[in-house]
Amino acid sequence: MSHIWIICRRELKSYFASPIAYLLMAFFGLIFGFGFFTATRDFVRFSFQAQMMGRSMPMNVNEQVIRPLLGFASTVALFLVPMITMRLFAEEKKTGTIELLMTSPVSDLQIILGKWLASMWLYACILAMSAINVALLFAFGKPDWKPILVGYLGLLLQGGCLLSIGAFISTTTKNQIISGGVTFFVCLLLWLLSWFTAFDTTGAAPVINYLSIVTHFENFGKGVLDSKDVIFYLSMIFFGLFITARSMESLRWRA
Amino acid sequence: MIKVEGLTKRYARTVAVDNISFEVEKGQIVGFLGPNGAGKTTTMRVLTCFLPPTSGSANVAGFDVLENPLEVKKRIGYLPETPPLYTEMEVAEYLTFVGRLKGIAAGDIARRVNEVAERCAIADVKTKLIGKLSKGYRQRVGLAQAIIHNPDVLILDEPTSGLDPKQIIETRELIRSLAGDHTIILSTHILSEVEHSCERVIIISQGKLVAIDSVANLTNRLRGSEAVALEVESPNGGLNPAEVQQRLEQVSGVSRVLAKEGRNGRLSFEVESLQGRHIRPELARAVVGAGWNLNELRPVGLSLEDIFLQLTAAEKKDAAAIAGKGENQ
Repeated sequence: MSHIWIICRRELKSYFASPIAYLLMAFFGLIFGFGFFTATRDFVRFSFQAQMMGRSMPMNVNEQVIRPLLGFASTVALFLVPMITMRLFAEEKKTGTIELLMTSPVSDLQIILGKWLASMWLYACILAMSAINVALLFAFGKPDWKPILVGYLGLLLQGGCLLSIGAFISTTTKNQIISGGVTFFVCLLLWLLSWFTAFDTTGAAPVINYLSIVTHFENFGKGVLDSKDVIFYLSMIFFGLFITARSMESLRWRA
Repeated sequence: MIKVEGLTKRYARTVAVDNISFEVEKGQIVGFLGPNGAGKTTTMRVLTCFLPPTSGSANVAGFDVLENPLEVKKRIGYLPETPPLYTEMEVAEYLTFVGRLKGIAAGDIARRVNEVAERCAIADVKTKLIGKLSKGYRQRVGLAQAIIHNPDVLILDEPTSGLDPKQIIETRELIRSLAGDHTIILSTHILSEVEHSCERVIIISQGKLVAIDSVANLTNRLRGSEAVALEVESPNGGLNPAEVQQRLEQVSGVSRVLAKEGRNGRLSFEVESLQGRHIRPELARAVVGAGWNLNELRPVGLSLEDIFLQLTAAEKKDAAAIAGKGENQ
């Protein structure tokens, strides 16, 4: 356990020693802030209209502001993940520091978990940038906090899957650009899967739809905590880390 | 301390290390000598549990690299060819990280970091970023990293490559000062390196073990003492090798007689002389005097340079053969 923590801490230090962590946090903060601005503006406009017409329209901050925002965040996350994971292993393979890790008395699994946890931590820090906006909602309204929490849990789980897949891709190459590019492509593909099959219920479509990482976020976005989705995400994380471990082992045989 | 038996490492199409066996005793400094691409790094990587062997076994401090890698790793300090440094870290921070990784107790780490920094002469750059250090300093940080947990075995892959002459001398002295407490294997393709710092030499070429001897023996051949290859044949057949060997040993000035493989009833020997003795006339007289035919009498005194050149020449010949084949097709 302590070895995982040692590796995780070093990894975080190197994220925060370079501008990459701050850039990603700023980038996400800006994009999310823009999304927040649009969503609240529309919400306010609708509520004014409802008042002027004298009709009482059901207005709900959770449904009309937070839910689309969380969905938006889950899409933006697809673009963040490759930038977080591309260097995880590729950089160490290039500079040769992987040799230090692999000849130290730690297991491959400890190395992988340490690195993955560090990437999770950075990802969580990036998501935390949106807390400012959510805090504003609490200051000026009374949203229900439970669905928000579920939504963030969903974001973390979805991120965990993509990060574990990104970690795997990073073990397969020395080139960070290739690592990032392929991860981005895979993320995009997983996202598109849900588009192509959303209205199709024949043949393999439901299966493909089920495999789409984004589909499983929908429930979380609504504030619904379904064990089916949690299990899907957890098993995807496990799978991602498993193939990363396999890939590292094959590194030893091929290198 | 280190025991390697029948070690073979095969990559997809090439055999990097071919059936190598050797042993290293505790506290020795052993030089691993060979041209580039001879399999030095691969052997070292097997010893450090970075690569698993294809076949054969390697044993470090009583633990097998395949069965007990964690135990082996605890007892090994390894400096790869390019020092594994995180350029975005400060020197002390990096050494602390490695110390933790190698399992030094939390209370001892600060002390150990100071000790190795002192020993490797990097105390003055402890708060500098590794990325800003010169090559010489980086190499020494790499060395500090390898000895921080006071390992039984030190494995250094070309520790002086890319350094300037002054740094080379300093690094050599540092390595020599580490001997005794540590068993050290260092690889190099520079001969003087081996002569300066090692007690024993293992020479490999194209993945095969070529020679394994003490530096003193190898340099003896270099300095005055003579090695002679001779081939003896009996005019009427039926020659007893032991008898011939005994006869040769009796020649004055001879220190050692090695029987070699003979062909067609001829016997081959390699005879070494004592320091500064000229033994060829005596040998010839002894052989002829006994009624045998002296087919060949040739000095073979090999310097390390000679051995090395032979190795590289063999490689070139092979390369030429491959190229020739390519042209024929």
